[in-house]
Amino acid sequence: VTDTVIERPESNTDRRRRALAARPRTVALGAIGLLVLLSLVRVISGAEDITSSGTASAALRLAVPIGLAGLGGLWAERAGIVNIGLEGMLILGTWFGAWAAFFYGPWIGVMAAVAAGALGGLLHALATVTFGVDHVVSGVAINLLGGGIARYLSSIAYGDGQVPGAGQTQSPNTQPLPKVSLPVLSDGPDLLGRLERQRWFLLSDVAGILKGLTAGVSLLTLLAVLLVPLTWFVLWRTAFGLRLRSVGENPVAADSLGVAVYRMKYAAVVMSGALAGLGGASLVIGSIYREGQTGGRGFIGLAAVIFGNWRPGGLAAGAGLFGYADAIQLRAGSAVRGLLLLVALLLVVVAIRQALRRRIGLAVAALLIGAAFALWYMTVDSVPSQLVGFTPHLVTLLVLAVASQRLRPPAADGIPYRRGQQT
Amino acid sequence: MSLLTAERAEPVPPPPPAGRSGPRFDARRLLLAVVAPLLAAVVALAVASIALLVSGSNPLTVYARMLTEGTTLRSLLITVNNAVPLYLSGLAVAIGFRMGLFNIGVEGQYQLAALMAAAAGAAVSLPLWLHIPFIIVVACSVGASWAGVAAVLKVTRGVSEVISTIMLNVIAGGVAAYLLVTQFQEEVEGSNNTKTAPLDETARFPILDPGLRMLGIEPPQGTRLGGFVIVALVVGVGYWLLLSRSRFGFELRATGLSPSAAVASGVDAKRMTIAAMLLSGALAGLVGLPQLLGTSFAYGLDFTSGLGFTGIGVALLGRGSPVGIGLAALLFAFLERSSATLQRIDVPTEIYVIMQGSIVLSVVVAYEAVRRIGVAQAERAVRRATDPGVAA
Repeated sequence: VTDTVIERPESNTDRRRRALAARPRTVALGAIGLLVLLSLVRVISGAEDITSSGTASAALRLAVPIGLAGLGGLWAERAGIVNIGLEGMLILGTWFGAWAAFFYGPWIGVMAAVAAGALGGLLHALATVTFGVDHVVSGVAINLLGGGIARYLSSIAYGDGQVPGAGQTQSPNTQPLPKVSLPVLSDGPDLLGRLERQRWFLLSDVAGILKGLTAGVSLLTLLAVLLVPLTWFVLWRTAFGLRLRSVGENPVAADSLGVAVYRMKYAAVVMSGALAGLGGASLVIGSIYREGQTGGRGFIGLAAVIFGNWRPGGLAAGAGLFGYADAIQLRAGSAVRGLLLLVALLLVVVAIRQALRRRIGLAVAALLIGAAFALWYMTVDSVPSQLVGFTPHLVTLLVLAVASQRLRPPAADGIPYRRGQQT
Repeated sequence: MSLLTAERAEPVPPPPPAGRSGPRFDARRLLLAVVAPLLAAVVALAVASIALLVSGSNPLTVYARMLTEGTTLRSLLITVNNAVPLYLSGLAVAIGFRMGLFNIGVEGQYQLAALMAAAAGAAVSLPLWLHIPFIIVVACSVGASWAGVAAVLKVTRGVSEVISTIMLNVIAGGVAAYLLVTQFQEEVEGSNNTKTAPLDETARFPILDPGLRMLGIEPPQGTRLGGFVIVALVVGVGYWLLLSRSRFGFELRATGLSPSAAVASGVDAKRMTIAAMLLSGALAGLVGLPQLLGTSFAYGLDFTSGLGFTGIGVALLGRGSPVGIGLAALLFAFLERSSATLQRIDVPTEIYVIMQGSIVLSVVVAYEAVRRIGVAQAERAVRRATDPGVAA
């Protein structure tokens, strides 16, 4: 009997399994590192708003519509349908949400927004799945149509000046949904708030961020946050989800295994529209509908999908980042300058990592760009708001330019599928 | 097509494949070609009628009013004027379509180009014959460079132009606003409108009213025919010559129809991508000029926006042919103009946006449906011809 152990060379699956096992640790380490950097930047630049509870709460609120549009994009693209029409569906959600919320209360408003978005999704599914129209073409048309319908209906519903507080381009104020806070910690004794006011390094920063995320959170926001793990569970842990994703990877194979490809695609795109509609509701419930209010958030949602590599967790991180950029810009223009320092420090970290991997060229490049940001930080008093507005878009472009080889979209994403025709 | 991979999956036809008809005349095919637009028109009219019924008005009254209001001489002149930028924008989008490229970035390209052209044109004093060409060259180069960013990202990093141009649109808007406010703004006493300095007389495009009078048409008070319509016609002819009568155009269309076949026959796909994108951007640069050189003579925060997005609809409707795009631009401008006075009979003006959107959607659906019927018929015909066992 020989008891030699055969050394198996490490396969790709092994490597992936190892990488997956190491992931929670990497994510946690990254998050802690980021927190330390943020605290450092706050202390150095004196911009308290960088980690204040107000900023964190605004970031969460602003991330919700982006994240919901992104989830919509994720559902559609996982089933192989590119949904450029998210923006139009978001607009439909805002208009119908605000209208129904004003006349029938906020919950009806939420439902109306979801229904309106889902109808937009149904139209997209009809065009792309049944009629095989190019996905981008149909999406562009739906964006045109969504904006047009909202303007037209606004004119009919509010144009005659009969509804108080409304006008040609905006709805009246709607009732907000109930808000919840974490007891004791961020409400009542408000322990986190007290800790935040101490301005201690790191501790107060963490407290501020936690308080912002847990105090006065609208139920709709809570729902949106819960939809991220829920989407992951449905798409990655159920038979339905497996079928839906198989349709986005290889519809011919899925069909041959008995998956109803068209029905799956319809379900995914209608769900996509419904999520975008809910995103629209999150903009208007407790506030108003205004023309042009979505401001391209549907497209940023799409960007978050790419940023997150077509995964719910990554998408949520992307939406959070973009929401944070928005929040800083809206709440405290002066704090934007502090972010320059953050970028400089982040680039130094990148440079060190690249140097450890013996990629000297990349390390030097990162260091030089970091130095440029540090110089920018030191020489200006403020960053023009016009330039800050497109940070999410620039980040997306950079991510695509640097990492597009490592991103993995669904294999059959965007390819029209005809049953019985090998496309 | 994946949003990330550089090449569109090959068998996917590019969005508006015009000129699909074979060399032989085929009555059935001709019938199908007529059916598609008719079908689309019926669907679009139905959608618009529903929208009008929702608002509580009689669709027939509204259409009758649009026809009478839209066909006055004044309205027709305005329609032609407004169709010019839409036509240029449609051509810019279409040139990308013809090779399977989706330039959604015309919006950002023309905004940035108009700003830079306004700033450069106001900064120099040139003789009459040089000033306008100089501004046009600046506008085209800025538009082309901005589109070039997307082209370079596509060929070197494999980034889909759909996503990159969407992102570049927003970035262009931000950069334009920043440059306008910090660099090119001219302070005017008592006005809070942020604008560049006005262009000299030498940079103002001539109007065609004398020409109209020669034809015996007296333009109504306060209405003029902008001269840029001539430029649009020239560009349209150039587009046709380039795509249908040059080797470059042939290679471009071939790459659009089948990238792998084109590459196999020696076409440099990367070079073609860059060339098509630069051309598209250069055309996009012209979109803002009818307004800049014809009416506003300066770029301000109130400069017309949205022409780039509407241009996508125009290009889809025009199916890639220069004449079709022209008709589509005229139709879009007509709808907008003829609904301008509907407010007086309590119909929201915005009905035209719904009409435009539903026309585009029903046209692309109708053409795709009809194309499939055509393909199925052709397949049947081939089967019949090659397999004698099948009864006709």
